[in-house]
Order: sequence, then C-alpha cells, then structure tokens
Amino acid sequence: MLADKDRIFRNLYGRHDWGFKGARARGAWDGTKAILQKGREALVSEMKASGQRGRGGAGFPTGLKWSFMPKQADDRPHYLVVNADESEPGTCKDREIMRHDPHLLIEGCLIAGAAMDARTCYIYIRGEFIRERERLEAAIAQAYEARLVGKNNIHGYDFDIVVHHGAGAYICGEETALLESLEGKKGMPRLKPPFPANMGLYGCPTTVNNVETIAQVPDIMRRGAAWFAGIGRPNNTGTKLFCISGHVERPCNVEEAMGIPLRELIEKHAGGVCGGWSNLLAVIPGGSSMPLVPAGADQADTLLMDFDGCRDKKSALGTAAVIVMDKSADIVKAMARISYFYKHETCGQCTPCREGMGWMWRVLTRMAEGRAHKREIDMLWEVTTQIEGHTICAFGDGAAWPVQGLIRHFRPEIERRIDEYTANPDAGGVLDPAATEAAE
Amino acid sequence: MTKLIIDGKEIEVPPEYTVLQACEAAGAEIPRFCFHERLSIAGNCRMCLVELVGSPKPVASCAWGVRDCRPGPKGEPPEIKTRSPMVRKAREGVMEFLLINHPLDCPICDQGGECDLQDQAMAYGVDQSRFRENKRAVEDKYIGALVKTVMTRCIHCTRCIRFAAEVAGVPELGAIGRGEDMEITTYLEEAMTSELQGNVVDLCPVGALTSKPYAFSARPWELNKSESIDVMDALGSAIRIDTRGREVMRILPRVNGDINEEWISDKTRHVVDGLRMQRLDQPYLRENGRLRAASWSEAFAAIAGKLARANPKRVGALVGDLAAVEEVFALKDLMTRLGVVNFDCRQDGPMLDPRWGRASYIFNATIAGIDIADALLIVGANPRKEAAVLNARIRKRWRAAKNFPIGVIGPKMSLTYSYDYLGAGPETLSSIARHSFADALRQAERPLVLVGAQSLARPDGAAIAAFAAKAAVDLGAIKEGWNGFSVLHSAASRVGALDLGFVPGEGGLNAREMAAFGTLDVVFLLGADEIDIAPGAFAVYIGTHGDRGAARADVVLPGAAYPEKSAIYVNTEGRVQMATRASFPPGDAREDWAILRALSDVLGKRLPYDSLAVLRAALYQSYPHFRRNGAIAPGDAADVRRLAERGGALDKAPFREGVGDFYFTNPIARASMVMAECSALAQGRPAMKAAQ
Amino acid sequence: MSVRRLAEKQPSAFAFTAENLAWAKAQIAKYPLGRQRSAVIPLLWRAQQQCGGWLPQKAIEAVADMLGMAKIRALEVATFYTMFNLEPVGRFHVQLCGTTPCMLRGSEELKKALRRLIGKENRVSADGAFLWTEVECLGACVNAPMVQINADYYEDLTPETLTRIINDLSAGRTPKPGPQIDRCNSAPIGGESTLLDPSLYLGERRHPGEPLTDAEGKKSGEAANVHEAPMPRPPIANAPDPTRN
Repeated sequence: MLADKDRIFRNLYGRHDWGFKGARARGAWDGTKAILQKGREALVSEMKASGQRGRGGAGFPTGLKWSFMPKQADDRPHYLVVNADESEPGTCKDREIMRHDPHLLIEGCLIAGAAMDARTCYIYIRGEFIRERERLEAAIAQAYEARLVGKNNIHGYDFDIVVHHGAGAYICGEETALLESLEGKKGMPRLKPPFPANMGLYGCPTTVNNVETIAQVPDIMRRGAAWFAGIGRPNNTGTKLFCISGHVERPCNVEEAMGIPLRELIEKHAGGVCGGWSNLLAVIPGGSSMPLVPAGADQADTLLMDFDGCRDKKSALGTAAVIVMDKSADIVKAMARISYFYKHETCGQCTPCREGMGWMWRVLTRMAEGRAHKREIDMLWEVTTQIEGHTICAFGDGAAWPVQGLIRHFRPEIERRIDEYTANPDAGGVLDPAATEAAE
Repeated sequence: MTKLIIDGKEIEVPPEYTVLQACEAAGAEIPRFCFHERLSIAGNCRMCLVELVGSPKPVASCAWGVRDCRPGPKGEPPEIKTRSPMVRKAREGVMEFLLINHPLDCPICDQGGECDLQDQAMAYGVDQSRFRENKRAVEDKYIGALVKTVMTRCIHCTRCIRFAAEVAGVPELGAIGRGEDMEITTYLEEAMTSELQGNVVDLCPVGALTSKPYAFSARPWELNKSESIDVMDALGSAIRIDTRGREVMRILPRVNGDINEEWISDKTRHVVDGLRMQRLDQPYLRENGRLRAASWSEAFAAIAGKLARANPKRVGALVGDLAAVEEVFALKDLMTRLGVVNFDCRQDGPMLDPRWGRASYIFNATIAGIDIADALLIVGANPRKEAAVLNARIRKRWRAAKNFPIGVIGPKMSLTYSYDYLGAGPETLSSIARHSFADALRQAERPLVLVGAQSLARPDGAAIAAFAAKAAVDLGAIKEGWNGFSVLHSAASRVGALDLGFVPGEGGLNAREMAAFGTLDVVFLLGADEIDIAPGAFAVYIGTHGDRGAARADVVLPGAAYPEKSAIYVNTEGRVQMATRASFPPGDAREDWAILRALSDVLGKRLPYDSLAVLRAALYQSYPHFRRNGAIAPGDAADVRRLAERGGALDKAPFREGVGDFYFTNPIARASMVMAECSALAQGRPAMKAAQ
Repeated sequence: MSVRRLAEKQPSAFAFTAENLAWAKAQIAKYPLGRQRSAVIPLLWRAQQQCGGWLPQKAIEAVADMLGMAKIRALEVATFYTMFNLEPVGRFHVQLCGTTPCMLRGSEELKKALRRLIGKENRVSADGAFLWTEVECLGACVNAPMVQINADYYEDLTPETLTRIINDLSAGRTPKPGPQIDRCNSAPIGGESTLLDPSLYLGERRHPGEPLTDAEGKKSGEAANVHEAPMPRPPIANAPDPTRN
C-alpha cells in the first residue's frame, strides 16, 4: 500500500482547510518560483522523466503532449486548457481536487503554463459542479490576491487563469468538443488533424490536460520525477485517484499507487465487495466507456489497476473509476442503462454515433427483458463494430466497448433471458414500466 | 508533388490535396454526403472513409490531408486502399446507419431519381434491413416560401447550414438539440431571408429540402434538359432549363467557375411560374381605348399605317432589360433603314456611352477576378440585390483573405460582409483620394472599383462615371495586367445592346427624352417595361408579358421569353454567351427577331435575313466579337484613362438604391406568384400560406 | 435527450438586472477581443438563474444580441446543453442521477419516491415548488445514489432521507447538502483507510519547507466559501402555473 507521505492529495476528503493557508501548510506553493526558473525545456523533460500519463482517460504521456507545443513563437498566443468536465460515469475524482485541494490545481496550471509558454489558462468545469466552481473561483481569487498568479506576480511569469463552465454535455469532456464549447458553440468534436497543439482554442496552439494530471504536476516537480517514477510499474508510474463505486461495502475515493491489484484496492479501501469477493459478478475498471471485466481467476482476481494491467484483460484503465457489480446486479440492465447514457449524450454530429447509440440502447433494453432473438446478439455485436473506429472522436468507441464487453462475457445470460421470455412472454417486463415506456 | 499508392497504383498529387482529391485523381470513386467542394469540410457523414495502411482505423478522406499521411516504415510512399474489406465494412456500416431512420418514402419523394442516398445505397448498401425498432419521425419545419422540408429524411450532413453561414452569409439555419434528436431548422421556423436560399435544395443530398414551388410536379427522368443563360440579372449565370413538353418545369444552375460557380439566385431559379402567367399569346390592338385581340396582319397594318405618316425624326425605339443581342440587332437594323436615330437601350437612364470605349461600361476585372482582387471600393451599387451571386463571390473573397478591405460609397445597406462606410454621394467619390480608405486601395496589388450602373442614371451620371474612373486610375486599379474599373449592370440586355451601339445617333433622343410628352409620334418598345412613356406617342410593344409596357401599348406583338429562344447574351463582364432553346413561345407568339423580320416586310424595308443563322452571320460580320461564345473581348484600359479625364459637374444628391424590390425587377418576375410571396416575406408581410 | 422546444407560455420581455449586466460584461471581458461569443454559456446560465431556473425565448435573444451572435446559434447552444431548462422548473429542480453507478445503489427506489412525493417526471408539482428530472451522471458516484437540488448535491440517499429533504424544503427549511449518512465527503463510511499519518498535517501549525522569498505577497484571501450568487427566486409573474399538468 502506498505510504501516506507519498500521497499527493492530502486533503482528498476535505477534512482540512482547502484555502491558501491550508494548502500552503500541506506544502503547496513551495519553491514554485525556483521550479519555474528551470525553464521550459527542463520542465518538459522532468515531466517526461516522471512517466506520468494523462489521468483523464486516454493515458497519453503528459511530457510528450507538452512537447508538441510549438517552440518557435509566432504571433499566436499559447493556451493551456484544463479539462474539468468530469462526466464519465463512475468518476468523481476531479471534483474532490477542485473542492478540497484547488491550490494544487492552480499551482499546476502555472507550472504547466510555463512549460508550454502559455500565458492564459482556461479551466473548463462541468456546469453541474456549481459549488465546486465557486470553491475553485475562490481559490483562484486567493491566488490572485496573494500575487501567485496574474500580472506582475511574485513568480515573475505573467499568467491568468479563467474558470469557464459548461452546461450539461458529457461530450465536452472530449478535448476538441471542449474547445468548441469554450468558443461558445455546441460541443461537437473537431476533426483531427489538425491537433490542438497546432490549432486549438481560437486557432492557437493549445494543450488540454485533465485536472488530476495538472494537479499532480507541482508534487512531481517538487519531489522530483524519480520519486514519481518510482511508484507503480514501468510505463505505469505514479499515484492515481481511484473512485470505487457500486456494490462495495464502503464506496470511496482513494489515492493509490498505479498497478495495485483490484482486489487489494477494493478490500483495503472500500471494505470489500458486498457479500465478499466470491460474490463479485463483474467490474468496470475505468469508467463506463471501458469494457467490463468479469469475476474469475484469470479476470478480475488478477487484474492490476494500471494501463497495461487493464489492457491485459481487454479493458482499459480509463479514469480509474471502478464500478463494482456483485451477483445481485442485473448486468444486462446495467449495460442497457450505460447505453442509454451514451444515447443521451451523443452529440449527433457523425452518422455511426448518432444513429448507432439509439439502436444499441433499444436492442439492449429489449434484451434486458428477454424480448429479442438470439441472432440479434450477433447483430448487436456487429453494430458495435460498425460504430467503433468509424467516428470523429472516441465517444463511439467508448459506447461500443461496454456493449462488446457484455456480449463477450455474458452472452449466456442474455440467451437465458431470451429463452425465459420466449417460454413465458406474458410474465411482464423485467424493466421498470416507466423505462419501458421511455423506450418506445 | 507527393507520391502516394492508391489501390496499388502509384500516383503523384500536390501535397495540399486531401486524400479524397488524391483518390479521385487516381480514378477511385469515393462516396460522400457531407463533403462539398465549395463548403467547409465537416467530415460528419463518415461515408468517405478509406483505409490508410498503418492506421488502425479508417480515415475520413475528405478531411485527411495528403500531408498528414505518414510514409511506411521503410520510407515507402503512404498507401491508401479504397476497396479493402475495412473500407467496405465502414461504408456498409455507415450506409446502414443512414438508412435505419430514413423513411422508405422514395415513391413520394421529390428527390427520387436524383437522390445521393438512393444512388449510393444502390452502390454501397446491403439489400435488407436488420433494424427492428421504430423509425424516428421528425417534425417538418417552415423555413420559407421556397424550400419545402420533410425533416424525417434528413441525414444531418449540415451542407445547408454551412451554405447559409458560409456562402450566403446569412447564418439562419442551424441544428438544434443533439444526438439522434438533432433537428435542422431556422430560428423558431422563421423564413430564410437569403436571396440564395434555393441553393440548399441542390445541396441537400436527400429529399429533406426540396423545392416548394416545384413540389410533386415532375420526375427528373421525364424532363428535357437544355443549357441556357439566365437573364434575371446581368451576370449571365449558367442555368439548365428543365421542360416537360412545352412547359418549363424548373430551372437549375450549371457549373460555371467564371460566373456563378454553381449557385443561382432565387429569382433565377423560381421565376418559373412567371413564364406561364400573364403571357401575351397573340397580337393586340388598341381600339377606343381598349386592347382587343387582333391578327398579326391587322397589327402590322396598324403599325405600317402610323409609320407611313410619321416623320422618322419623331420615331424612336427602346430596348428593355431582357432582350437578346439578335433582336436588338434586328431592331436597330430596321430602325436605321427607316431613317430613325432615336434609339436607346438604357431605359432606366445610366449615362454610359459606347463611344467611350468598351472598357468604360463592362466589368473589366471579371467576376473570377474578384477572387484575386485585394481591395474593393463599391460606388453606388448594392451587389446583394443587383447581382446576388456576385455578392456571394465577394463574400467568398472576403472570407478567404486575411485582409480584404471593402469601402462603400452610397446608401448604407446590409451586405454579407463587413465594410467601411465612406459616404453617401458623389462628393465622397470626388474626394476619395484624400480619404483614409484610399490608402487601403493604393497599397493593394489589385484594387477593384465596382461602379453600379444604376447610380449613373441621373443627370450628372457621366460625371460620376468619370470620377469613378478617375478614382480607379488614381488609386492604382489600372495597371499592367489588371483593370479594376468594373461596371456592374443589372440588366441582362445592356452590355450586348451597348456593344451594338443602341444609343441615340447624331441628334437622336435618349430614353428620357423619348418618354417625355410630345417628342415622338411612334415608339417601339422591345420589352421595355421599366419606363413610363408619356401619352401621345403610338406605342408598339414587342414582349412577353402583360405588364407595364403592354398596358401602355397601342399595338402588342407577342414575343418569346428567354427559355423560348436560342439567343446571345452579353453579361456585365462583356462575356458573350449563347443560350439554347428549351421551349416554345405560347400561342401565336413568335421569336422577336422573326417578328421584326416580318414587320420589316410589311413596312417595305425587308431585313435581309430569313433565318436566325443568316441573321447571326450578318451580326458576326458587323460585330465579330459576338462570334466567340464564352469569351470576353477585353476593354482597352486607355478608355478608362480617357473617361477619367472627362470630369464634369457633380450634383450633391446622394446615391440611392437602384433596385427597389429584388423580387420584382422585370415583367417575368412580376408575373410570378412565387416571387410575390418572396417579396411579401422580405417586406415583413405574412406570406400567403395557401401557396404552400 | 429528447426533442427540445421552447415553452409555449413565454414572458414578453427580458433584460438583465443591473447587477447581472455588470457581471455579464465582466464575463465577456475574460475572453480575447472578438471572442465574446465564448461567454454564451455563462450568460445563458445567468439569464436562466435570473428567470427562476428556466430560459425564456427573449433571454436567448438578449444574450445573442449582446454577444453579436445569430439567434439560431444561441438557440443551438440553448438546446444542445441539457442544463438549460426551456420550461419552468419550479422553485426546486430535483435532478436525480440515474446512470449505472447510482442505479446499482438504488436510484430506482429514489425515482419511485420522487414520483410519490412530487408526481410525474418533468411536471411542476401542484404547489409550484418542485419538478424532478432523471439526469445522467452527475459525478458523485462514490456517494451514490444522489440528487442535485438547484445548486446543491444531496448524496448517499435512501428513499427515507430523500423524503425528509423534500419535506424540509417544502416546509421552508434548508437541509444540509452533502452525504446524508455519517461520512466525510467521499471518504469511506466508517473512517478513512488512508491519510492517517498526522505528520502530514503538522505544517498546519508549523510552516514546512523553505521560507518564501516574498512573504508579503502571500497572504491568504478571505474565506471564500460564500456562494457565487444566491439562487434567485422566480418572480410571481413567472411562477409556474399550478394548473399545468
């Protein structure tokens, strides 16, 4: 288990002062000027050395991403945009950072900005986080007042931070959709290339990073890349906030080392699966967009919670939001509900996603009740492959994978329901009548 | 040039090409819905996916640049496959998604037979459906008098939205909601206001947006298609006239990069019903103050009777806005044979004179020249109303350029680009060299001075023309390889008639003088409807519609409208274009040159041509430049310099809008119910809903 | 997401209050010159708050005008983002998270409770006080199931605690937001398993690390857990019509 002294987010649960004084006491804003004075190159290479991979879901190496920003200055400003549009079902880690340790984020913004020659940072926070936004804005006001950021600050690097908010659209967590939204348009992802590092916000070089990614930066810089790289496994370094939700005894957020076995994570921190480990049905290790991993010796039992560990089980770490389902869970219905989520949130821009989401959800809703043909399971699988990889952004993939995970691991369950319904079609729906109503 | 391998074939393409362009260059057909050459790239339909070897996912070829293709591991050129299993699966998948919520109403869909979705479903789709859920139904939207919507058919390609925002410059279409409930609409179903809105019907790849006036009238395979030239303004836009039997069913644009690219204005497209209404289909004679139907010989006899007693000095001829070169030539020929010198083709009175040289009255910079101009001064013109398609060209230039300064002298108006307002009248023009905007023109490589012909229709018109030419000369618009002095006409007949010298001869009267009381005994009106002839003169009207001219006339001779004749038109650039005949004049109506030829016989001054071919031969002999179809006989820049030196006294009165109502500029448009509805909408009156 | 339309009954005019107008101008100034359109979501949101939780047509038009946007572009934004309510929502808009993590922990029971307490989904209750909506993940999954009522999250709910909250609100009391069980935010129930080392927090009494070079500059701000702006109550004229069902 990770030692407490190695934890970055020391006020994760909000037991202590979130404000400047408290943050300062816990080590924030310490030696920031010296860090900035190392210069752009050194900061980027330090970040590369730490091996940190983006904490927002895709796991792209942060240092590498930073290095894509143009070195030669042209007349366009550079922007840092922080993705605080945390909406992936199962994920609630950035919220804790923003409301309990906002100064880590603010300091991280300053350092990341200096590493990319950005003078303005926009933090795009989801609209529903109203209180979190107020808290973050208050913390930024403190930082301005203490002349930590802003013009003529004590760090000698002019830097502005602006909090911008959304208004209820999951897709704005996709970086280019976020930029569109920030420009005052509908959050519809852009075609890539050009990548944001070339043509981002207002057509200027832009880097979009997740809140947790940025909030870890000050500690990485202060304690050194070697410290961070020493935690976890190669290529999967550092600490990570895990959100453990669903059928566990004590759902919680916790900061742990990357690569921690799933079972240890759940049992140490979340009080174990309801009814014991043997009662586990399946787990979604990385937020709803990732395929589920069923219980079993070669599956959830041996799952290591990092990028490679999850990939070995044909899933992905994503945002490290662990959704646990025990044997009481209606797995087909749970997945149908995830499908509904994607149907609700698809922006509708490109064809496979716009048309495919509703189709998948409707078929799954019927399957949850057994109102389907067995051959439709294969058809559903094919529909997911027609979406996957054919869309503008990764939303299509993220919606297709959970369905694929369901079919891959729980086909017998779907078939059983179909048989059951066929045998007794008048038994009434499995679903809530209201949900059935909505489906029609 | 960049080397690529496409379907196993090596090809070299310019690096700025997209993969789609490269594939087409290699002869591989790429299906697409959202992509359109003249709109921004949306990349949303996903139909054009191709395999880029080395990339785990197929890429959207419309958006992927050749530059973005990485070479192979050993430096081989990037390889693209358009027929691989990956591509096939992607296309079939996208096609299926497009079709699952598309209604099966092809038999009652106006797009049937010319539907991209239909065509591509045949080529890339599968023949059966696996979709067992309910299909989505979408409420239809009212978006104006011209575009009918059946929104359940919409495939959300957003071409219409992009057209409205980018080309038309009036961002009034949008997609509200999101996901599968996304709907294309105008703001709260207000009518669109663009003069180019009809083009969204052509752009729509399915039957979601169809032509409202043309709804359910014909199927594409029943129609005869004739290539013609538009006469609603002076651009000479390339059009295709579709007819069934004798009836013109619809008008569509043809591609002509030099003029209209592939757009036409709503007046051009939807004037069709005006060709059927109010038509003159037999001669009329005025008796006891009322027009009565007459035979050709009666009508001719009446004219001959009047002319026999008239002094040629008191006979005149006016040419209207829609006349073709051939009939103007024949009319001038006939009048000259009668000893008449009172001609004018400028019924609205702009003081332009062919004797100043051709460069003094044509759009020297050419329409395509707008694309390379780098500063623009608009003098007394409203391009949006006088030439909507040209206005879109200006907008295109304005959008593409980092800096394209535009200055306006004249009334303030709503154009589709931002401009510096310099002043209202000739005073600003004469002092333009001292204006701060002049620097923008001086610094420009190819400044364009656009002069509205209608602003010259005033007593000091000649002086205005001279000062506009002076501005062009002084500010560097006339230089080696560039003549930026450009006159924008709004009458299709004008440049051709000026080329023919259809202006008063020695001692002749001009249009205003001819229209005045007591100057003439007999006046010939060749489709001249935009002028009030004072009582007294015996008026012979040759034209197509029972409009102002016919109402004033003593003898009405029914002529042929533009779809009903093969004819030459010269557009504002001076480009000669020949239209083919698509239909026939109604009833006893005849082609105008033939009427004049027959009349000349009765008058004993027989015109020496029995066929159009012979007429044209005579025309070409006197005016060789008419022979060169599609070409411009360029004006001489020295003419502009000479014009600049003419000077003259300027009046202080500000320029006024030339075109009052865009939808009512000529007799055909005034006869059209559709134009009437558009006009009502434009003026904020409720549209006639019954016409829907 | 369903088809979105503006409400049938619309107020005849909208104008920002002086305070909100000043705020809006400050908001616009946060973005580069010529990029004022960026402020559309914050401005629409403010307008919605001013109108008592929903967005009338005139407000959309006012914001579009203010930002120099075509009206259709503002309407696109207002209909794309689901937090813009196009119809009145009552004084308390109860948004129930129904996505899988909450569903696994009993959001469907809460849904039944809401149906019982308030009535049908998306209908303003008879007294004009409540409207409930099932929404997608609100990002408090380890505190599932939860609802958002206006600006506040109420977490770790059971039908009983939710009933109490609704009753409190209806009686004019202010229930405490956050977890409704004995729990500190997202820490595990029954106490943390981590961050127990007291030495981490010694600095809260004794300053750690190097002294700052510019101590003068680093003075902390005021306590800032004051709300950005109180949620305005709907004026009587705009109050939802109780007969609407």
